Amino acid sequence: MDRPRGRPANSGRMITVLYFASLRESLGKGAEQIALPAAVRDLEGLRALLVARGGAWEEGLAPGRPVRAAVNQAMAHGDTRIADGDEIAFFPPVTGG
Amino acid sequence: MTVRIQTADFDVSVEIAALRRNNPKVGAVASFVGVVRDINDGGTVAEMTLEHYPGMTEKAIEEIIGQARSRWNVLNALVIHRVGQLKPMDQIVLVVVAGEHRGEAFAACEFIMDYLKTRAPFWKKERTGKGARWVEARHTDDIAAERWRFKLGSEQ
Repeated sequence: MDRPRGRPANSGRMITVLYFASLRESLGKGAEQIALPAAVRDLEGLRALLVARGGAWEEGLAPGRPVRAAVNQAMAHGDTRIADGDEIAFFPPVTGG
Repeated sequence: MTVRIQTADFDVSVEIAALRRNNPKVGAVASFVGVVRDINDGGTVAEMTLEHYPGMTEKAIEEIIGQARSRWNVLNALVIHRVGQLKPMDQIVLVVVAGEHRGEAFAACEFIMDYLKTRAPFWKKERTGKGARWVEARHTDDIAAERWRFKLGSEQ
């Protein structure tokens, strides 16, 4: 498959990623569409992709930071697989009630 | 079983009356009302903003009510959680459980509240004299939810 030089292979999978609360504020973004590189298969891979953006992304999503995640509106873990059309969310530990 | 996320306030007695209406099997109604305090972590809270994850929040609470129903004989349950701007003394959350006996109603009500605290996607931001800050999750809330794992399913 032809692709632009120097860019990772795109898997053709598009996902929506949402950010909430303090994470949304520090990242300056509440939602975005991402075309997943072929190498990204699970939540952990997506998080690494975002961390690689550097700056606030690296700071807010670095391993060890208390970040929770959901896939299609259900709590998920690092090894949860990601598929085309999924809605992924990253957020801090919840504080309702 | 009803879950409502809303900005508007709620009337506890109206909600309880609606929950047990036309059901003569109900022998006990337990309710919990969470209220905004003016002090948190040593700071004076002037105002609070509640953010949630529309869609997932409702699903998470429905799932929690489902778990409560699998443990106790719950005849009906209601959760109302407010979002948006709130001030000290405002009601923030209501959990009501109707059952045949008080033991089940109390236990299911407390269970729903403990799980909501750690599993339902809400986030509080407080405005204090020193500026705005996001409320940090409490370890004591994790412990409160965790202890249900070791409790017997029924406590009548």
